[in-house]
Order: sequence, then structure tokens, then C-alpha cells
Amino acid sequence: MEQILNLIINGFATGMLIFLLAAGLTLIFGLMDVLNFSHGAFFAWGAYVGVWFFSLSGSFLASLIAAMIAGLLLGALTERFIIKPVYGNHTQQILITLGLMLVLSEMLKVFWGPNQLQAKTPDLLTGSWLLGDVIIIKYRVFIIFTGLLVFTIVQLILKKTRIGLIVRAGVMNQEMVQSLGINIKRIFLYVFMVGSAMAALGGALLGPYSGVIYAEMGMEFAILAFIVVVIGGLGSFSGSMLASIIVGLTGSFMAFFVPELSLAANMLIMLVVLMLKPEGLFQR
Amino acid sequence: MENLLEVNNIHTYIGQYHILQGVSFTARKGEVTVLLGRNGAGKTTTLRSIMGLNPPRTGTITFKGENIQGMETFQIANRGIGYVPENQGLFSGLTVEENLKVAMKKQDDRTQKKLETVLRLFPDLKKYWKKESGHLSGGQKQMLSIARSYLNDNELLLIDEPSKGLAPIIVEKVMNFIDEMKEETTIVLVEQNFFMASSIGNRFSIIDDGKTVASGSMKDLIGDEFMKRKYLGIA
Repeated sequence: MEQILNLIINGFATGMLIFLLAAGLTLIFGLMDVLNFSHGAFFAWGAYVGVWFFSLSGSFLASLIAAMIAGLLLGALTERFIIKPVYGNHTQQILITLGLMLVLSEMLKVFWGPNQLQAKTPDLLTGSWLLGDVIIIKYRVFIIFTGLLVFTIVQLILKKTRIGLIVRAGVMNQEMVQSLGINIKRIFLYVFMVGSAMAALGGALLGPYSGVIYAEMGMEFAILAFIVVVIGGLGSFSGSMLASIIVGLTGSFMAFFVPELSLAANMLIMLVVLMLKPEGLFQR
Repeated sequence: MENLLEVNNIHTYIGQYHILQGVSFTARKGEVTVLLGRNGAGKTTTLRSIMGLNPPRTGTITFKGENIQGMETFQIANRGIGYVPENQGLFSGLTVEENLKVAMKKQDDRTQKKLETVLRLFPDLKKYWKKESGHLSGGQKQMLSIARSYLNDNELLLIDEPSKGLAPIIVEKVMNFIDEMKEETTIVLVEQNFFMASSIGNRFSIIDDGKTVASGSMKDLIGDEFMKRKYLGIA
């Protein structure tokens, strides 16, 4: 029973990290119709900036903020100089963002070297709580709360503010939003920046969770994020949260019981969803 | 009477297809100009070209004396041009309230009064205020789409086939609303229903095979059996 509970907590924590990556991806695709294969690189950059800034400042909170700022900046530069010229052309988007993914990953090695970096857990979040016979690792609970907090904040922005309303309308009918006098391209930039910052935050949270970070980690997590986007439905923010939890839990249980099928199980779920409900489980 | 909109010999391509091959017409301030023509003649593309959604490659479009061709759609809309597309262009997952709120640039008294007018004329919108627009009937969707374009202080409204697929009783309601709107807004209307077009329009332009073939006063067209038979298929 204790093991099952631990697997659930572990699955939820992994799910939140995947959510932080997938949420931006799904909004960017839903609103901007952009297939961004470089999104995983923002995740990796967040992890590196987080570890670097934590060692520099000693403040974990500041390291998370620094990672998000790095994500915002990278997002702004990418949207303006890489994505903007290829709006409306999926083939070019795939090629250029895959290329960017490789460039950004290699640049990490240029700045921080080719080897893995150790990532420390902040003292406050080190250790565990003992609930009966169940050991609950503090840092995993912290990730779950952070993921839920980000989800709630973004959901509130989407549901309660005018800019959120415009983003939701833009996902449904971009032409009409423009015909109402709204500069959708500016909204694209904001969404891209926020999506990139969320990915970077996910990366910064992953560091202490896994203990080490490396340049290719973005690519690995991006695969899970794409699975989430397909299962949750393109453009569905809440769908990406629910699908992330499914993928996180499946990965966690499979890794324990049949480790060699961990990724395959999620691929299988994606395949079934594509066959039965290609628009995604949570897309209306 | 002052020309609010002047479309001069525009040529628009969609992909490799040369859709508009010389469309010209003017919309005078305070009047309803109706674009007539058979299906596929280029009427919808003309409205989309004016809005910058399918920008013309050549020709000019001036609004209040300013050349708007080449501007982005949102800039054209912000000059004071509202657009009601053929498919209504609603945000299907948003409620009636949210669809209207996206369009409301201001929250002042004037906008509030306009909203009250809309809800008085289309009480169904009030009834289904919190309902997602995707679940409305065809008529309610059309009412919402037209109402949305009315909320801002647009000087010109481009309305594409508002009667399409609607029951006669709904068409009458929509007509009444357009009739009320024309008191304060200039309208360019694309309409297949000649009865509706002739009862509401002051002037007309007939588009055939992507070209303007005739323009003039609606009164003249009503009495011109040859023109109606040749270009509109009305015996």
C-alpha cells in the first residue's frame, strides 16, 4: 500500500513537470498553429539556469525566477526571429524549430560544459515526512503544489481577464479576433513567452528532483509533452493538465512494475486516443 | 453624398487562383450598398479583401480617404470597419456574454446602451447569456454575430449573407435589426435574397466572375428585368 501511494505521488510530481512543458506547447499550437519542436530546449535551459543561479545566489526561489526570466527572454527572441517568418507553414516550422532545439541544446554545452551537472535540493525541501508507514518526499509534494499553483494562476488569467478571453477566442477563431480590431500577433508573442517561461520553470524544478541535468533532457521530456498534447487535445489547457497526470501516473507505475515498457505504455495510450478520439480526450 | 469606402479595380488571388479580377464599387455614407451576384462570383472574397483577410495584389481600397490596402486586419478594423462573416465567425466554446465581451473595446455608457438595444431587439441573447454560442440555433448565432459587430462605434459594417439558411421569421428579425443599424452606420451587404436586398439597399453592385459588371441605384435595378435575368437569374 505504501508503495502504491509513493508511486501515485511520484506519478503526480512527474505529471506536473510534464504539464509545465506541455501547457505552453498546447497553447502555442492551439492559438498560433505553430508546431514548436524547440520547446524542450526551453525546459533544459530552465534547468541549467536554475542550477547555475542556485549555486550563485543560494536562493532556490530566486533560481526559479531566474529560470522563468530566461524562458521569457528565449521565448521572445524565438518568436520574433525564428517563428514569425514561418507562420502558416508547418513544414518550415518543424525544420526550423528542430534545428533550434539542436542549437540551443549544444549551446548549453558551450556555456556549462558537455558533462552532466549535479543539482542540489534546497535544505528546506530536503528529506521526507513519515505518515504512518508511508514516506513522503518533501520535494515531490513541492513540485505537485507548484504545478497546481501555476495551473490555477494561468486558468484564472484565461477565465477572468480580458487577455485570457482573447487567448481563448483566438484558439477558436484567429481571423475573427483580428477582425474585431485585436492585434493577435502581439497576443502570440505573450503566449509564446509565457509558454516558454512555464517550460523553463518545469526544467528548473526537475533539477533537484532527478539530481542531475544534461543538455538532452529537454528532448526526452518533450516526447512526453507531445504525447500529453495529443491525449489532452490540441489547444486544451485543462486537457493538458489531466493528460499530464495520466502520463505521469502511467510512467510511474510502469517504471516500477514493467520498467522496459514505461514509455511504450504512454505511446500506446496516445495511439488508442488517436484511433478513438483523435481530437483528444478532453477536447470538446 | 460622401464616399466612405472606395474599392478601385482590386485583384485578389487565393493560392494560384485569380479570384477577383477587377472589382470596383463605392459605399456612400449613410447608405446600404448591396453586393449581388451568383454563388462563387467573388462577393465574399471582396469583403475579405476589404478586411485584409485576403489582401488584394493590385488595386486600391480607401476608407474615409485613407488607403487601407496593405494594412493588417486589426488595423483596418480599428479604423472603424466591422465585419460579419458568412459563417458568423463566433467563438463556439465561449458563452454569448463572452462573445460580446471580446468585441467590446470600451465599457462606456454608449457601449452599454448599445448592448441594451441589442438585448431588447434579440431577447434570445439575454435568455442564453451564459450558454456557449456553439449550442445556439442558426438564427440565434446570426443574431449574436450581427449584435457583436454593432457594439463598437463602427462607421462601416460589412455583412455577408445574413439571411443564409435562416427561417423566414428569423430573416425578418435580422432585417429589422439591419434596418435599425443603418440609421447610424453605413453598410455593405452581400445578399443572395433579392427581395431582402432590394427592400433594404440604396445602391447595388453586381459582381460576376470576379468583376464588377454593373453598379447603380437599387430603384433602377428593381425595374431592370434584363439585368436581373442576366446576372441574378431572376425571371
